[in-house]
Amino acid sequence: MIDAILTYEFLQNAFAAGLIIGVIAPLLGVFIVVRRLSLIADALSHVTLAGIAGSLFLSQSVAAFALLNPLFLGIAASVGGSILIERLRSLYKHYEELAIPIIMSAGIGFGAIFISLAQGFSNDLFGYLFGSVSAVSREDLMIVAGIAIVVLVFILLFFKELFVLSFDDEYAKASGLPAKWIHFLFMIVTALVIAGSMRIVGILLVSSLMTIPVAAAMRVAKSFKQTILLSIFFGEFSVITGLVTAFYFNLAPGGTIVVTSIFLLLLVIGFKKISVSMKKGAVA
Amino acid sequence: MDAPLINIKEISYEYEQTKALENISLQVEEGDFLAILGPNGSGKSTLLKVMLGLIKPTKGKIELFGVDSKNFKHREWIGYVSQKSNSFNSGFPATVEEVVAGGLAKKAGLFHRLSKNYKQDVKEALLSVGMEAFSGRSVSELSGGQQQRVFIARALVAKPKVLILDEPTVGIDHQNVQSFYNMLASLNRDQNITLVLVTHDVDTVTDRITHVACLNQTIHFHGFKEQLHTMSDAQREAWYGHSVRKIHHIGGSHSHD
Repeated sequence: MIDAILTYEFLQNAFAAGLIIGVIAPLLGVFIVVRRLSLIADALSHVTLAGIAGSLFLSQSVAAFALLNPLFLGIAASVGGSILIERLRSLYKHYEELAIPIIMSAGIGFGAIFISLAQGFSNDLFGYLFGSVSAVSREDLMIVAGIAIVVLVFILLFFKELFVLSFDDEYAKASGLPAKWIHFLFMIVTALVIAGSMRIVGILLVSSLMTIPVAAAMRVAKSFKQTILLSIFFGEFSVITGLVTAFYFNLAPGGTIVVTSIFLLLLVIGFKKISVSMKKGAVA
Repeated sequence: MDAPLINIKEISYEYEQTKALENISLQVEEGDFLAILGPNGSGKSTLLKVMLGLIKPTKGKIELFGVDSKNFKHREWIGYVSQKSNSFNSGFPATVEEVVAGGLAKKAGLFHRLSKNYKQDVKEALLSVGMEAFSGRSVSELSGGQQQRVFIARALVAKPKVLILDEPTVGIDHQNVQSFYNMLASLNRDQNITLVLVTHDVDTVTDRITHVACLNQTIHFHGFKEQLHTMSDAQREAWYGHSVRKIHHIGGSHSHD
């Protein structure tokens, strides 16, 4: 495996991008999960599909788009979707969750139209839907690295504000923190991570890498910082195991990464149950 | 004479064409322990939210520490404890220390890390609410009363001059309510923290407060608690919407349903 990575550039790209995503997706995912925004991540991934499919369709008819990495239009669609979700959430204050099915179905709707209009990119599309080990270009890797820098800078700059906002948003507003702006930036950064992660994990599975490692970490972590560290550890473990398995068995990496993270989650839940019952036994 | 810490000037607030507050003027002076009393739906929590800038009044203005609230920069001088049941994310994976340290976020400022000795500040805040032994515990494992003490520590850690509490004893069992109010009284007395409190616990709180404001869309009484008995029956009825009993206590009087 190591020889193959050293030999083939596409594998270097896939593993480097995977390792980066293994950090940033669960890192941002912790805030998404504790703020109960998991389904928003799902909606944004489907909007990204519309952007990618639109770009692939336009590349067949407009020369300029043939040179453009479809990720850029995917990112633009995802960021646009995050802004629209926020607009809808403020429009339907008493039914905030309505924004999610509206944006999700809009994403799938536009995606389906572009896919049916264009012909002959079913292989590309499969890679975008479920991830691909072979399709990550050096340019894709650079985009993922750029997104990672944006995410890390954002989290470092606003960590304490994000923590307060996630725990108790009314308190955050009452204490004079710029909660509205931080939430807006958070949604944009989430959109970027989703668009960046889907080259490896795939559009349909990208939100799982932001939520499943966090779900596992929350079962055993004792503090917020520990939750973040464990989420990243579980995320990285899933990505590495998933990519290796995908390479050897010629499978879609999105599937192997997510199935690995599900196994990890089940292991953690089992471990927690056993440790709790052992403690109870010791007390009795 | 110093300006009142909170000066509410002829505030009105309408929500979806329903009047919630009408022409309210109220001053909170340094050292006051003010209880805002009133029936359900009388606008108590709305008034607190207006004070905190969470909602904008349709009319009138508020001065905080002598400055128009729109230009007031020192939000860390005002601590806030919300109704527990309405606010925080109960399954949140954080320790008591992490939650209390969150109270320093505004004081530290955007793009700045917490000060080096923030752990000492957190320790002192927890000590003042009797929760120092729970620092490393997960906040979701605590009882309702313990959680509410942690939230008061979070509000105290930035060393505020005013503490605003919205129904802080909701979800706390009756036995712990007494010790909870004793703790608030000692914060007011020993640390000179001005307290503004919305509550239903009229019986329990009366002995500890210094001032009362009777609210039902508008202010029907505001003054020392000892003067509460000067309210006429007609005023009481206008305040509570129906007749209320008057119960006399040593050192003051109060009324309730």
